[in-house]
Amino acid sequence: MILLSLLGISILVALILAFIGDWRYAPEVNIGGSLLTFIVSLVLALQVYHEGGSISGSAYFFVDYLNISLVVLTTLVSTTTAVFSRRYMRVEREHGRVGHWRMRFYHAMFQLFIFAMLIALVTNNFGVLWISMELATLATVLLVSLYRTPTAIEAAWKYFILCGVGIAQALFGTVLLYFAAERVLGAGGNALLWTNLSRVSSQLDPTVMRLAFVFLMVGYGTKAGLVPLHNWLPDAHSEGPTPVSAVLSGLLLNIALYALIRCKALVDGSLGSGFAGNIMMGFGLLSLLTAAFSMLRQKDIKRLFAYSSIEHMGIATFAFGLGGPIATFGGVLHMIVHSLAKSATFFSVGHAAQMHGTQEMSHIRGLIRGNPAVGWGMFLGVMALAGMPPFGIFTSEFLILTATMKDAPYLAPLLLLGLAVAFAALFRKVQPMVAGLVPSGQKPLTAANIPVFLHLVLVLLLGIYLPGFLANWFHLAVEILK
Amino acid sequence: MTHTIATQINSLLAALILLSAFALLAQRKIMGLVHIFAWQGLLLALSTAVIGYASGEHHLYISSLLTLGMKVILLPYILYKLVHKLKIHRDIEAVVNVPTTMLLGIILVVFSYHLTAPIRELSNLMTRSTLAVALATIMLGMLMMVTRRHAVTQILGFLAMENGLFFAATSATYGMPMVVELGVALDLLIAAFIFGIFFFHINTTFESLDVEQMAKLKETD
Repeated sequence: MILLSLLGISILVALILAFIGDWRYAPEVNIGGSLLTFIVSLVLALQVYHEGGSISGSAYFFVDYLNISLVVLTTLVSTTTAVFSRRYMRVEREHGRVGHWRMRFYHAMFQLFIFAMLIALVTNNFGVLWISMELATLATVLLVSLYRTPTAIEAAWKYFILCGVGIAQALFGTVLLYFAAERVLGAGGNALLWTNLSRVSSQLDPTVMRLAFVFLMVGYGTKAGLVPLHNWLPDAHSEGPTPVSAVLSGLLLNIALYALIRCKALVDGSLGSGFAGNIMMGFGLLSLLTAAFSMLRQKDIKRLFAYSSIEHMGIATFAFGLGGPIATFGGVLHMIVHSLAKSATFFSVGHAAQMHGTQEMSHIRGLIRGNPAVGWGMFLGVMALAGMPPFGIFTSEFLILTATMKDAPYLAPLLLLGLAVAFAALFRKVQPMVAGLVPSGQKPLTAANIPVFLHLVLVLLLGIYLPGFLANWFHLAVEILK
Repeated sequence: MTHTIATQINSLLAALILLSAFALLAQRKIMGLVHIFAWQGLLLALSTAVIGYASGEHHLYISSLLTLGMKVILLPYILYKLVHKLKIHRDIEAVVNVPTTMLLGIILVVFSYHLTAPIRELSNLMTRSTLAVALATIMLGMLMMVTRRHAVTQILGFLAMENGLFFAATSATYGMPMVVELGVALDLLIAAFIFGIFFFHINTTFESLDVEQMAKLKETD
């Protein structure tokens, strides 16, 4: 029942926003709907905690420690993004970049996107997981091209086509998974349910599962933006409106990775070897290194942070590939803190770009003097992303690095190199933007500060003090992936 | 007896589907491509119905009807309307190197047979040998999306890939569970809506549907 209201609210709000249109209080309805979904997700999390494990709502949905953590994260970030978007989109509107119809479309699609992500997280069925991943992509394609500039249309087209090609591979992988499952569980809808598959994973045919994983990896890896399947990501994440960039980078990438680690758990059960893990480690490390070096030569501020998302997805993928309790714990924590820090940084970046009327980093200067909240928000967000202590990303990266030293010491130097280059790139690019004198032509702006600092405080808290119940929670989530 | 005949009919249909995938690769006229796509959908619907009849899996009839409605009637109709509205029905795409593309396509077919060999050995379904054709159709669709530069052609490649995926599901497991098939059809419908909008956006912004012009977003040093 609670599960249904979790999904129902966002689709209902999407319909309301689509039919009522660009009404004066549409941004507030958008915030209210997201907030309500967030509250419901907290209730659901409490329920999971009390019932100690998992709730399966019929054959279609199920909730356990792992996916409820991501559900709470998704609803929280979508709420703060809705708060940010209210002020941000108002400015965009004053600048004449969006009109009546596009605002209506924007709000409806925002809620539809949340709906699709929530289904992907709580569904029990691997087929439905694929469908909702594709739905989430389709809901955001036209948001990326919202400004209708030639570059925005190009970015959205690339996003549509390349993700379409990628996700098709994942569907073929799902067909193969069904083929393997059918031989154990019999035909029909039950053979694609996670709750059944995880029980019988050791009986699934290893040859088929190996082939299936290759296709699933390519498919969901494209959506998670892993190198060399990442071509669409910097464009799509930089050309859309900033709230969309924040949720694409902060949330959608996580969902794709979530799909991948579920598949990995099954393949590991079937093969009993490190096959899937090794592939993921390779993709992860390649993504980390490529993205870190690409960051050095970016000129557009949103592209810089899009590459940073590839980098962090690479780290998390590497961690899950490495496996073992510490690395997996680090991976789950990394997904959560990255999501919070990245969306917070995008909020500041959006305001900074509005103040200067451009996304070119060489024109953005003197942020701390011009608007202390935006300047400090961006600086602290970037420090968190770069892995400085005491922020939570430092903790997760430290855990992952420790596990690497223990289980795969020869890869530790590469991991360190990637982290160091990414740190240098971020610091070198961001320092001149926040420090220094205010350039002429910088426009004053009332920024939405609450979302940024709320996220940063959470990232800080997760870094310095992980409460006992939360640590226990993550440990139980990690158990599921064994 | 009927079983062997059905298997043979199905193999014949699979061969024709593969042929249509190659025809898509070679065709340069936009309207010609839409027609071939519709034929491919028809072959797919027929094949699904034949498998459904021979295997006794009656839910395949529904899938077959769904395919007929979506891929033979609705999608080609939408494309036909769009192409006429955009006044590009006489367009002939300048495709370079058709022979090379065909050669690459043949390599992909061989590769598909090689990749699906272990599954053929495991399966005891009458359709096991057509899984390779299905994978080949997916790969050829992908090849089409990569080598062509026209927005409509790229979308047709995308749809041909989807045909391949559907065929793969019927070949490997007599179709996916109904909820999944319906969901995929829904996604496809939304995708059709989106590319329809896109064609107009691209056409008005770039004054043609040649996506070659969209090359602003590149990594610059």
